[in-house]
Amino acid sequence: MTGTLTISAARPRPAGLVARLIRRPSAVVGLALLGLVAGAGLAAPVLYPGDPLDMIGAPLQWPGMDPAFPLGTDMLGRDIAAGITHGARISLMIGAVATLVALVIGVGIGAGAGYYGGRVEAALMRLTELFQTIPPFLFTLAIVAVLQPSIPTIVLAIGLTGWPGLARLVRAEVLRLRDGELVQASIVIGASDARIIGLHILPNVLAPVVVSASILVANAILTESSLAFLGLGDPNVVSWGGMVGAGREVIRTDWFVAAAPGLAIVAAVLALNLLGDGLNDALDLKRALR
Amino acid sequence: MSAETRTGAPVLEVDDLRISFRERAAERAAVHGLGFSVEAGETLAIVGESGCGKSLTAFALLGLLPGNARASGRVRLEGRDILGLEGEAMRRLRGTRIAMIFQEPMTALNPVLTIGAQIVEAIREHEAVSAADARTRTLSLLARVRIPDPERRFGEYPHRLSGGMRQRVVIAMALACAPAVLVADEPTTALDVTVQAEILDLIDDLRRETGMAVVLITHDLGLVAEHADRVLVMYAGRAVEAGSAAALFAAPRHPYTRALVAARPRPGSALRQRLVEIPGQVPPLGAMPPGCAFAPRCPAAEAPCRETPPPLQSVGTAAERVACLRWKDLRAPDQSPVRLGA
Amino acid sequence: MLRTNPLYGSAPDLEARPLLTVTDLAVQYRTAGGTVRAVDGVSLEVHPGETLGLVGESGCGKSTLGRAILRLVEPSRGSIRLDGRELVGLPRRALRGERRRLQMVFQDSGAALDPRWTVGRLIEEPLRVYGIGGRAERRDRVARLLADMGLPPDAAARHPHAFSGGQRQRIGIARALVLDPDLVVCDEPVSALDVSIQAQILNLLQDLQERRGVAFLFISHDLSVVEHVSDRVAVMYLGRIVETAPRDALWRAPAHPYTRTLLAAVPSPERQARRARRGVNLPDALPSPYAPPSGCHFHPRCPLAVERCRSEVPALRAFSGTAHRVACHLA
Repeated sequence: MTGTLTISAARPRPAGLVARLIRRPSAVVGLALLGLVAGAGLAAPVLYPGDPLDMIGAPLQWPGMDPAFPLGTDMLGRDIAAGITHGARISLMIGAVATLVALVIGVGIGAGAGYYGGRVEAALMRLTELFQTIPPFLFTLAIVAVLQPSIPTIVLAIGLTGWPGLARLVRAEVLRLRDGELVQASIVIGASDARIIGLHILPNVLAPVVVSASILVANAILTESSLAFLGLGDPNVVSWGGMVGAGREVIRTDWFVAAAPGLAIVAAVLALNLLGDGLNDALDLKRALR
Repeated sequence: MSAETRTGAPVLEVDDLRISFRERAAERAAVHGLGFSVEAGETLAIVGESGCGKSLTAFALLGLLPGNARASGRVRLEGRDILGLEGEAMRRLRGTRIAMIFQEPMTALNPVLTIGAQIVEAIREHEAVSAADARTRTLSLLARVRIPDPERRFGEYPHRLSGGMRQRVVIAMALACAPAVLVADEPTTALDVTVQAEILDLIDDLRRETGMAVVLITHDLGLVAEHADRVLVMYAGRAVEAGSAAALFAAPRHPYTRALVAARPRPGSALRQRLVEIPGQVPPLGAMPPGCAFAPRCPAAEAPCRETPPPLQSVGTAAERVACLRWKDLRAPDQSPVRLGA
Repeated sequence: MLRTNPLYGSAPDLEARPLLTVTDLAVQYRTAGGTVRAVDGVSLEVHPGETLGLVGESGCGKSTLGRAILRLVEPSRGSIRLDGRELVGLPRRALRGERRRLQMVFQDSGAALDPRWTVGRLIEEPLRVYGIGGRAERRDRVARLLADMGLPPDAAARHPHAFSGGQRQRIGIARALVLDPDLVVCDEPVSALDVSIQAQILNLLQDLQERRGVAFLFISHDLSVVEHVSDRVAVMYLGRIVETAPRDALWRAPAHPYTRTLLAAVPSPERQARRARRGVNLPDALPSPYAPPSGCHFHPRCPLAVERCRSEVPALRAFSGTAHRVACHLA
């Protein structure tokens, strides 16, 4: 027997996920921006209690004219800053929940197709392709128009159009793992399918899924904004897209009415994209282990 | 680390070669003061396990080190110092005076060009010959590397050839301009054993025909025994033993060499015989011990061994060298010495 | 040749009833280029406590055969009997029960070990899958196995990537042995390792076999290694077994022309191999697996081939005694 061997100590332990994330300046910017948006949303009922749709001020005041309205008021006298902070809640919430719906459907279908193969895979992939051939925004429009716009229907519609891409991604990753030694070793020790998928396959496809998820949230926010812009948003809540839509009429004279919420949309989507990029690198196990 | 003194100047001389890497603001030395030489018509095998620096040395010879690596020392090819050469000057030498073949032939072959076209390109890159002449030369090269039916193979794409065939094509490309030195970095590791034997026999025959020198980089001592004239054993970036292949196997001197020779499963051994092990493993780049790099694993290491790395000294004839303070005190190996087949 | 083994007395006893009997096993793949018969009617046996070496070059089907025995790929025909119990066609539930006795060590344990799990958890998992022992007992077994493998006790808390290649192979072996299997299929277990580390692992496997009486099906392309570890050896070529023999007999008196070629090609300081090779110049044209040669697969490359070799598939029959068998018309 060789006796105890020492483990090579010079191979560095990979730093924690957060540490790796922070190393990238773009990810830091993304996180900061997202924090700002989320913070605004969370603080909305405190900063601007009451309904942001209340007409409380003189209409079309420019930002800075009245200290009570730092971002000015729209054509109906509504506080734009209130609208943006409350809108942040709505946008982020819709984005997150819609993405969750897409994740549940997409990961389920993708993993099932990838792992079981054969007829199961064929059927699931035809279903996926069917959904993919329908132009996503039109599909969303149709669902929302038919079911009457409200937050639940919007979430459902966005979720139903977002899952096919995710399903294909998950299927590809599962296929890659399924034929590899990791799964073979698990089969050899007698693990059940559920155990293999749940404990070994899914955690290892987590990385690309998380990155996709961040992009999906961004897309959901954009889609919701587009729906609201077109007047198909939930009429009872304030939404960035709705605000941009409302500001359309006065865009040549009081462009700030549309620009402020527009910038908010840009900020949120940019933040999520940067974060997704950073997560992609941070979660890349091979890079971390170098 | 002085060059060999023999009749006829060596065609390749390496003196005090040092290679280091820049990794995350730290400078790590990978090869420390390596020196050797190769004469025309002979095969020098550089043997060692993974991480010993043998491949890096090969890349340094051809000026192919990665961007974050730096090499210092002297590399003289046919009397001319080439280590500092850059760009165009080095490119002119590569392929014409010194050539290299790699472990994986597909890294050298372009998958979208026919093999004939690639060899022709290799020729016309360096010499001003007509396409027709280049083609004729290519066909004769293909025949020389024993590829059957060269006319037909000329127009084939690499993916249609087996691994052994591809390696032959790569050899043909390397030999296209009759280089003085051929560096072969693990040329047969990826091949089956029957094909491996043919490829190495082919290299031997070509060497005899053309008089070129061959530097064979390998981890396989069996190959060294059959195809090398002289051997350089490397460990953790340093040469630990150098000498003729016959002497190395008959009476290895350095403890690492002895362990390496003994660790190979030997044919004809009794059933269930334990192999001689080397406990532990090679120290990683950043954690080299101060003295002899092998000392932590060496059964014969003593205090002086751990203080400074022992120099490579001549023992016996000038050609035999060992980097060990204690080699004289070591007992004779427990197995009978190995005699190489003629 | 005998050595005492606490579990089996003097072993391996080649007369005893075989632990694993494979009969006429075939594995086929259907690909875009056609049907590939990766394993084409293979029969072999492994006895308790012995090491059967399975050797052959790339594409011969040895890895596929190993996987088929573990039913990681499904055979298209044939039988695999473990201690008399038929494994082919066994429903998955029942197969799980048999899996305890048949385990595998992979060429690259690093790829087979989930990088997110700790070593302790990885080695413990087979026990968890079968519900063996409580938490404390499992931890105990893992600690003992780590010690047996020559790994430090704190290894259990670390992740696979913190270890070297040789150490990861040890972890893979530990995981394969934790269920105390009767047979372990080793698929090129040392091929990716340096010679000095290889020696460590080979010695380790030998010690483990002596102490536990486990049988090995040792698959490798490296003849020197196979010769060192095996009690008996089977040589494969293009999906078929061409020769089986006790290890000494195979090296002293190889009967099949392919075996002889293979042995002559092994580079070694000890042999006159170089001289022997002059004249045996194998045309470097490995047959396409989609269209293997008729009759004996080796006949296009065989220096002794006659007409019968092209038309008739040679059966694996006794050559000298029952232990040494060859598939050649001319042996």
